[in-house]
Amino acid sequence: MAEFLYLYRGGQRGTTPTESDQIMQKWMNWFKELTASGNLKDGGQPLEAEGKVIYSKAGPITDGPFAEAKDLVGGYTLVEAATLERAAQLAKGCPILERGGAVEVRPIMKLDM
Amino acid sequence: MEPSDHLFRHEAGRMVAALTRVFGLHNLELAEDVVQDAFCRALEVWKLRGIPPNPSAWLMRTARNRAVDLLRRERTARTFAPEYGRLLQTEWTLANAVQEVFDTTDLRDDQLRMMFSCCHRPLPEAAQVMLVLALVGGFGVREIAAAFVSSHSAVEKRLTRAKHTLKASGALFDITDEADFAERLPAVQRALYLVFSEGYHGASEAIVRADLCNEAIRLTRLLAQHPLAATPSTQALLALMYLDAARLASRLDATGNLTSLFNQDRSRWDRGMIDEGVAWLERSATGNELSRYHIEAAIASAHARAPSVEQTDWNAIVSLYDMLTRIAPSPIIALNRAIAVAQRDGPEQGLREIDAIPDRDRLNRYPFYHAAKGELELRRANNRLAREQFKTALTLARNPAEKRFYETRLSESLRSRAPKHRE
Repeated sequence: MAEFLYLYRGGQRGTTPTESDQIMQKWMNWFKELTASGNLKDGGQPLEAEGKVIYSKAGPITDGPFAEAKDLVGGYTLVEAATLERAAQLAKGCPILERGGAVEVRPIMKLDM
Repeated sequence: MEPSDHLFRHEAGRMVAALTRVFGLHNLELAEDVVQDAFCRALEVWKLRGIPPNPSAWLMRTARNRAVDLLRRERTARTFAPEYGRLLQTEWTLANAVQEVFDTTDLRDDQLRMMFSCCHRPLPEAAQVMLVLALVGGFGVREIAAAFVSSHSAVEKRLTRAKHTLKASGALFDITDEADFAERLPAVQRALYLVFSEGYHGASEAIVRADLCNEAIRLTRLLAQHPLAATPSTQALLALMYLDAARLASRLDATGNLTSLFNQDRSRWDRGMIDEGVAWLERSATGNELSRYHIEAAIASAHARAPSVEQTDWNAIVSLYDMLTRIAPSPIIALNRAIAVAQRDGPEQGLREIDAIPDRDRLNRYPFYHAAKGELELRRANNRLAREQFKTALTLARNPAEKRFYETRLSESLRSRAPKHRE
């Protein structure tokens, strides 16, 4: 088993409470599936859209990241899967795909001494 | 307007049960803390804004929000219910997972699950009873101490120890496992029987006693509504409770004084409860199970149906006590049997039966034992012996009501000295 990070990018958030509830219920179901199949390592967290960016020690702390909405990272999850292909296949169940977003699947790099 | 203690008590049981499913049994105290918090918050908010239209929903919502806060704060430090574990660790699912537990909470199942969990074998019976009252009944330490005529700190200690044992048992009882369910059911019935007995025969004040009897009936009804728990013995237990509880009000007169069965105003017996008890007793007569509850209910029904002491079928009652002695021998049952024999065959025979109780020295601290002997001595006009017995009973009396009762009997034995010497 190898570990992979899902980075969720873009995706329309709910505009009404009912819509948000429905979306969250889909996430709940997806996490339950990942838990049941033994692939969920750490649920990770959703992220607020705005924060700060630091480019250098000396430079100012700037507001950001102001990426294009479709590229903005909206959260992350850690999964375990046998291969990158398998991890990518699993990501097809992610509800963000129904909201115009994308899942970026990145293998965790093992740094050996 | 003050929210009633009863609202909080009734809600506490179901809230603790639901929260324990989220937090896991090992975090039982956390569930209790959240419930306490919700109640404190309710008292504050309701004082300002009045009691909301649906107070139980308000309390549940507040408890749910407090639970989410707490899970956020503690998620790295603690583990929670394993079946929700991962879902409670991430904001992606936390609020929804908690909501789901509250939504799928079946009030009855949650309470049964907790009740069965409390009746865990390594715990002594008295501890099981206290846990049921505290966790399912929502009784506070003060109320339990009053019920057991025990000190606040003693009850607190016992409860803490009992909860420790309960938590160590690992997980909430699985009420879907039929074999485990059937195995633990007798312990649950026994605990509820003891809650009721504490209310009916116990030494606590009248108001506490009615609460205990009502709570025992409520919880036994829960058993009787569950397919796996609705056995003939459960139905008989419920019958027994209704038939006895029907007489509770007339056991205590308007001034809180005890009245013996022989002097009770039978018009004050609760007919509705008697009918309910008789119906459950009939239902319990299916199958071939004959439990002590069946026999005790049959005895209670013989009393409840009799229009007067004289018209009571004492012969049947003696036979029922004979059966009970075979199933569940105890000096108290033998004493009750002797009293029934006295009704049938006269006081001399009754006293002979009492003297023949094998381990009757175990009754020495039981005030009613001496009072019963006193009654029989009085009935055969042996007033001097009657007085001695009532005096002993008086020194053993467990509460003011009992004390007043034995005082009355004592003065009766002084007054009715005349008959023997008059002729």
